[in-house]
Amino acid sequence: MRRPVDVGDPDRLYTVTGGRSRSDGSSFDLVTLIVAECEPAVGQQSEHRRILELCRHPTAVVELAAELSLPITVVRILLEDLLATGRITPRHPRVAAAAALPDSALLTEVLHGLRNL
Amino acid sequence: MGSATSELPSSRTPLRDTAENGLKIVVVGGFGVGKTTLVRSVSEIRPLNTEEVMTQAGAGVDKMPESSGKNTTTVAFDFGRISLNDRLVLYLFGAPGQKRFWFLWDRLFAGTLGAVVLVDTRRMDESWYAIDRLEHHGTPFVVAVNRFDDAARHSLEDIRTALALPDHVPLIDCDARVRSSGKDVLITLVDHLHHLARERELTA
Repeated sequence: MRRPVDVGDPDRLYTVTGGRSRSDGSSFDLVTLIVAECEPAVGQQSEHRRILELCRHPTAVVELAAELSLPITVVRILLEDLLATGRITPRHPRVAAAAALPDSALLTEVLHGLRNL
Repeated sequence: MGSATSELPSSRTPLRDTAENGLKIVVVGGFGVGKTTLVRSVSEIRPLNTEEVMTQAGAGVDKMPESSGKNTTTVAFDFGRISLNDRLVLYLFGAPGQKRFWFLWDRLFAGTLGAVVLVDTRRMDESWYAIDRLEHHGTPFVVAVNRFDDAARHSLEDIRTALALPDHVPLIDCDARVRSSGKDVLITLVDHLHHLARERELTA
């Protein structure tokens, strides 16, 4: 029932990230929604092109990782490249990671959404 | 870009362009307890699978080329998605309860609204660890007992005692295969979170 994740061989991951092994971490949450600011272009790295294609509509970081079959960390590094060159806009989650709980107004909205399913 | 060059599976359902705030709920439980089933029953997309890799040292994917598993921890998890309204999108993560997974909790699930501990009464010991870890992380949670047909019917009170679960933590039955039941589990959790938030706001 579980589809094995094919992350390819480690060499491929190393190549994808240009040898970088860590992102600066906190900039992209799993559920940060990424929106492309431009179309993929000839000459771009294929993973970058793929991300720009997927992000014609808002797409969460974790969905990108699943679609690209790459670990989250690798996707974060790729997104940092695209952000640095202005090709994407991140819509960060507005539940502060530091806060123990979100406010009740947001939770009321979530409840409404769930009840309407 | 013509669609002829696109490799996207046709089944992929994009979010609305107005989506702007992603939320997280984590379903934790042992292997085979029904996490993926629960995620699938309420998700608007076919559950997807992904993974995170990290070194023992704690950050990134060091030493990729020569490490085939050495010094790295890989945790696979699946997830689904519910568009709550034009702006809010809820992501549901099915996470394994095993020990190595908890090293990645903060990295993956910081800022999560809360968690559902999914319990199989035939293997309750697997739930103790998850409950302990969630309490340690200060993550609010509810406990849902996935009723398998062939499992002995323990009462919820017996299960609460067996899990040493405090009275304030909601405990409910569910059938993870059934959408309305999965939906009830999520509503129970968010209701619980709402109460906690209201209490905090009133005493602030």
